[in-house]
Amino acid sequence: MERVPILKIGTTLFVSIQIDLQDESVVRLQEDLAEELAATGARGVIIDITAVEIVDSFIGRMLATIGSISRLFDAETVLVGMRPAVAITLTELGLSLRGVRTALNAEKGLALLNSTVNGTA
Amino acid sequence: MDELPIRTGDDVVRVRQQVRVVAAQNGLSLVDQTKLVTAASELARNALVHGGGGLARVEVVTSGTGKPGVRIDFTDDGPGIADLDLALTDGWTSGDGLGLGLSGARRLVDEFELTSKPGSGTSVVVTKWSR
Amino acid sequence: MQGNYLPMDVDSSQGRMGAYMRDHQDKVVGRWTELVVTGLRGRSSAVEVRREFDDLYSLVIRVMSGADEQAAGELRAVLAELSRSRARNGFSPRETALAVFALKDAVYELVTDATDLVPEYLVFSRIMDDLGLHTFEIYAAAREQIIADQAAAMLELSTPVIRLWEGIIAVPLVGTLDSARTQLVMEKLLETLVATGAEHAVLDITGVPTVDTEVAQHLLKTVSAVRLLGAECIISGIRPQVAQTIVALGIEFGDIATKATLADALLHALNRTGYQVGKA
Repeated sequence: MERVPILKIGTTLFVSIQIDLQDESVVRLQEDLAEELAATGARGVIIDITAVEIVDSFIGRMLATIGSISRLFDAETVLVGMRPAVAITLTELGLSLRGVRTALNAEKGLALLNSTVNGTA
Repeated sequence: MDELPIRTGDDVVRVRQQVRVVAAQNGLSLVDQTKLVTAASELARNALVHGGGGLARVEVVTSGTGKPGVRIDFTDDGPGIADLDLALTDGWTSGDGLGLGLSGARRLVDEFELTSKPGSGTSVVVTKWSR
Repeated sequence: MQGNYLPMDVDSSQGRMGAYMRDHQDKVVGRWTELVVTGLRGRSSAVEVRREFDDLYSLVIRVMSGADEQAAGELRAVLAELSRSRARNGFSPRETALAVFALKDAVYELVTDATDLVPEYLVFSRIMDDLGLHTFEIYAAAREQIIADQAAAMLELSTPVIRLWEGIIAVPLVGTLDSARTQLVMEKLLETLVATGAEHAVLDITGVPTVDTEVAQHLLKTVSAVRLLGAECIISGIRPQVAQTIVALGIEFGDIATKATLADALLHALNRTGYQVGKA
């Protein structure tokens, strides 16, 4: 089973999903993130899905769940780099992922996190 | 026609990848490929999680007007679905995460045929045509 | 390739028909050409037609001799190509099918006196009828494809994505917003978001005649997709009647900003981007 690495830079956790994840890995990611959040007190999570070609309802729900879990740890999650085809498909599926913030790329995602943390957003 | 077993989580990934290849080879646009593969992912997972495992048959088909398309037949020998109408409404759940599976998948494809009887498994055949 | 195969009732007894046709090739093809050229009213030269038909005739003879299994497939393929070409060049359905049915007439004239060939002629006639239908099917499909291509081109042209300002893009929607249009709008809008890094997208519906529940759903879908890419949507161009319809239908736009005019939407987006607009 593939484990997605979690990078910590400052007060932000970075996750970059590079491969076609099977369900077990997805669940594992959720667990690992929860642990990292608890252990590090990070204030932000950036999940980069630029390389992800398919987001189905299972993965979609996982992403939404990660958002909820982060909030319990007083952290914000930003989902970045969603591909147009994936966004259109998710919308058709009826998943709007409200509750997870989104940005076009990691840079914008970070800017979003910083503005939130500093209270200017 | 490709026959892909669905017995493990890795098999679901394999189904996705194979459907992607076939869809791309048969003229489906990127968005249509993504929709079909996503639907296949939903249905393969259903077969695994609720059907106790099953089979995916992927084949290339031709429409009456000569356009190519991809047809996938998902079968499992699971408990079957008792209330088909309910299963196809949004928000139906039978255990973990089935909620949007069937009705969502239906919206992503051009043709959708669901056959299921309690005790005799489930079969879902989906088709997506190139434009 | 799917499709019906020729009724291959042709066996060695039919061989006589094939041989007879071969012996009189020049005469029959000449008559065939004559019939068709008259029917096409000068849109194809006799020389061109004669050349096409000599080739076709040889194929037909091979089919009638019954020995050549590939001949049937080849004949259908050649006729299909001929049909498509006629469709693309604006020939009518009758003119296109004429090629096949005129051969029936030409051969009939040939065998009128040879009564022992009547059974074979009947088989030949059935084969020609099937080919005629095939020709027509291909023609119809080709025409449908041309129409579909034109519709797609029109759709593409009528959905421009405009860069209003740094970080602000707009799509003026003109005409009905149906499923196909929505798909195209979403694709183009999202691609432009990725290309420009814009964080605001304005959907202007001034040119959308009616906003009912279905149209509203399409708009909401588009807004949803845009949000997934980290941008915000503003819907502008809400006319008074449209506003009343929306409220009457109970459609909720929730937290999506809606404005009466494109100008209002632009101002809104500029403010959110940190600009202040004032006179110099």
